[in-house]
Amino acid sequence: MTHTTDHTTDRPVITGIGITAPNGLGTHAYWQATLDGKSGIGPITRFDAERYPVRLAGEVTGFDDTEHIPSRIAVQTDHWSHLGLTAADMALTDAGIDPTTLPEYEMAVVTASSSGGTEFGQREIEKLWAQGPQYVGVYQSIAWFYAATTGQISIRHGMRGPCGVICTEQAGGLDVTAHARRLLNNGARVVVTGGTDASLCPYGLVAQLSTGHLSTRDDPEHAYLPFDTDACGYIPGEGGAMLIAETPATAHARGARPYGALAGYAATFDPRPRPGEPPLSNLRRAITTALHQAHLTPADIDVVFADALGVPAHDRQEAHAITTVFGPCAVPVTAPKTMTGRLYAGGAALDLATALLAIRDGVIPPTTGVRALAPGCDIDLVRNTPRDGPVRNALILARGHGGFNAACVLTTP
Amino acid sequence: MTHFDLDDMRRIMSGCAGVPETVDLAGDIGHTTFVDLGYDSLAVLEMTARIQQELGIRIPDDAVDDMKTPQAAVDYVNRRLTTA
Repeated sequence: MTHTTDHTTDRPVITGIGITAPNGLGTHAYWQATLDGKSGIGPITRFDAERYPVRLAGEVTGFDDTEHIPSRIAVQTDHWSHLGLTAADMALTDAGIDPTTLPEYEMAVVTASSSGGTEFGQREIEKLWAQGPQYVGVYQSIAWFYAATTGQISIRHGMRGPCGVICTEQAGGLDVTAHARRLLNNGARVVVTGGTDASLCPYGLVAQLSTGHLSTRDDPEHAYLPFDTDACGYIPGEGGAMLIAETPATAHARGARPYGALAGYAATFDPRPRPGEPPLSNLRRAITTALHQAHLTPADIDVVFADALGVPAHDRQEAHAITTVFGPCAVPVTAPKTMTGRLYAGGAALDLATALLAIRDGVIPPTTGVRALAPGCDIDLVRNTPRDGPVRNALILARGHGGFNAACVLTTP
Repeated sequence: MTHFDLDDMRRIMSGCAGVPETVDLAGDIGHTTFVDLGYDSLAVLEMTARIQQELGIRIPDDAVDDMKTPQAAVDYVNRRLTTA
């Protein structure tokens, strides 16, 4: 379809990417691992998980907090913020932006978070039990807080424009990018957006178990198999991605080379399940609304990044939404998160980053591990090896626990 | 402990509140205010809590308000240690 300037001027472009993922620290390492089908899922090492039902996770290995985070900030923040601050630094460098040269009130920060600083919180609660309230550190007052990563990025880089956090579980990574668009349209020049999460401590893991959606298998190769006949839930992970969003005009004026543009976005919410009735999903409406906003038809979409929960009923629901819009097996679908686990607030942000890299390089990254598609999942899942071909328009889906749906359309810049 | 000195203070500052990128804790920091050193009110509260735990003394809130510099904190603690 043709674009007129009328609906491209308000499309933010992404000019910087920062990645802290279980299968790669930094964009290059992550993208190489993802195209190679190299997984970051393995036994949990951050604590002794032997007696817990879930013993595998996607951990960001080779990340030494002291290497990336000044000690004054490190003591006040949870591991999740350390990963977020690091990804934000990487994204700014990648975008070629030096925040000290820009007006402080024209730089904004909006990140997604789903669990807050659980590992930090657990440590302080242990002190409360074992030693008493006077031993609980003062930084507990800020480190757990959902907006802590946003706040610390804002303080560190002197970004005093509108700052916020969105907590819609896995959907958050897409929701914040749409919010970044809103901020850019209201006068912000640069927005740091995206998300990370890191909840791999006993307290964080037990909270996640309450959904009943986690895989309890011990074999990393067969523990997270979305859309497979053998699907058994998902493996949790930590990390995510930060992105730099700008208006096309600003990016152009400073000679930046955008990875892609946000052409469409929509969010919907699912109704509360009623006893005795099949659950209803409004994911399809999020997809069609996002496509409509992007002025694209289903035939224009080259790849769908699926939410891929790995829980059979949810997989069927998602596959049904995709096939209703596109037709059975009519569009390539992928879920590289099979190599990282689900990163919650970081997951959809990482999918956005991955889709931008797919657009840049003209290649669809694979879904690993899946052998046989489950009945009702009539999708063209890109398995095992990457698939070449131009990626001009990508649709990214995310569903957050509790009924959140979000869909984003990214296009070539 | 019967005496508390600036090196104890340095150890507590770096241990519980970290070290700002622009500060050399080993330098002559005794009479520079915590604010100028990059330690905000939360950091000072955290340091005070750590001193109380280590030395088993109690430091009231209004005394914390008066500890503007590392040397002032050291002097206050030593006065408490001799009167305790």
